[in-house]
Amino acid sequence: MLSRHSTLKGALAAASLTLFSAGAYAEMPAMQLDGDVEAGKAVAMDRAKGNCIACHVIPGGDSPGAIGPALVAIQTRFPSKEEVARQIWDPTVKNPEVVMPPFGKHGILSNQDFVNVVEYIWSL
Amino acid sequence: MNKTTALLTAACIGGLLTTPLIASTPAEDQADWQAYFQQRFPQVPKDDFVNGVYSIDPVGRENWEAIEEFPPYEAAISDGESMWNTPFANGKTYADCFPEGPGVAGQYPHWDKEQGLVMTLPLAINQCREANDEKPLKYKKGPIADLLAYMTYESRGQVIDVVIPEDDPRALEAYEQGKQFYFARRGQLNFSCASCHAGNSGTTLRTEILSPAFGHTTHFPVYRSKWGEMGTLHRRFSGCNKQVRAKDFEAQGEEYRNLEYFMTYMNNGLALNGPGARK
Ligand code: HEC
Ligand code: HEC
Repeated sequence: MLSRHSTLKGALAAASLTLFSAGAYAEMPAMQLDGDVEAGKAVAMDRAKGNCIACHVIPGGDSPGAIGPALVAIQTRFPSKEEVARQIWDPTVKNPEVVMPPFGKHGILSNQDFVNVVEYIWSL
Repeated sequence: MNKTTALLTAACIGGLLTTPLIASTPAEDQADWQAYFQQRFPQVPKDDFVNGVYSIDPVGRENWEAIEEFPPYEAAISDGESMWNTPFANGKTYADCFPEGPGVAGQYPHWDKEQGLVMTLPLAINQCREANDEKPLKYKKGPIADLLAYMTYESRGQVIDVVIPEDDPRALEAYEQGKQFYFARRGQLNFSCASCHAGNSGTTLRTEILSPAFGHTTHFPVYRSKWGEMGTLHRRFSGCNKQVRAKDFEAQGEEYRNLEYFMTYMNNGLALNGPGARK
């Protein structure tokens, strides 16, 4: 956490403090990564669920946002499905300042929706 | 961003977080803040930040300028003017509380040493009503937005000059709390105000362009098409808290008044241009 007397410059660079207490699992629990691609696609496009499209260009998705990188050629960028899963579970592990929400850690997605969206993203 | 640069940035920011930082004064914060947005949007003249997202979105701006030809907040201004002129049951009027007249929005928010709190214009309006045995108004919309629309309209062009008085440490404390609030991540979605309006200002969240925070307080209350009516600054705060699935705070409660104090201080030097219209 930033000290109360941090400079604003530092805060602007870092852009945030963290107040939200960790959810049920700070660490990603062991799980079978064997979801359903089509169901995962629905999670990624649904405003009330993943809403990944709000920030990412995804092939076949309408009116994407531009905050995150395009989700294409995933298997050339990640060594394993599990690494993709870790990114989606809690992206702040790799980059504490990232704005992408911690979908697993904060319980934004159910485990089934999570496993499905991982499968879908891995397929892109 | 490719992986290497992402990791590098993370490392640099990590450094900033762990290095003990030197205390910064509000004046230094303000200079950093204004420089940050002017560097991020070099094409925007400083005075134009008061126009919010339309300062950076030429297409949206055309629509908005057409809307401003027949401003949707005009009825609110005239209803507010009637409120200003209508005596309370005891025969007094708002002018008894605001002897300089309705055009005083530029004097708010300010540190009220006697009460030990950040005084905003809506709070001053309700204190005036209560002193005259009238019921306080609700803070997010309705009559208070009308009266604010009129008073703000009469204050157009006043230059923001919020002061953090040095003779009362509680004023600096209120400022620091507002600043903390701005940068604190909250809600299930884990966003801070700065996540959207500093670090990602100018990018798009789905189809919505995120406006720069610099200029955010200059034009309230606003007529918002999505609301189909007028709303106050604290109504907007509450909406932005809720959209990241965080608990919102009470309008005109201490948290939002301190937040307004910080945000308005960051805007010092910009001119008031409310009421406004937004989509
Ligand atoms: C509010 C914005 C936002 C949302 C919503 C969002 N992301 Fe992200 N995402 C980002 C950002 C920003 C990055 C870049 C991370 C970095 O630079 O460390 C990112 C990175 C990623 C990456 C890594 C890409 C790479 O090549 O490194 C994956 C995979 C990803 N997101 C998947 C998802 C999925 C799946 C969802 C929805 C369940 C989602 N994102 C929702 C902003 C978002
Ligand atoms: C998830 C993204 C997000 C977060 C987090 C967020 N906002 Fe917003 N905010 C928006 C969007 C989208 C709009 C409407 C488009 C625009 O003007 O940026 C908006 C608009 C505003 C406006 C109106 C701007 C105008 O010109 O009328 C204010 C003021 C504002 N936000 C303040 C805040 C504050 C204070 C916080 C933190 C408590 C916050 N926002 C957090 C997305 C966000």
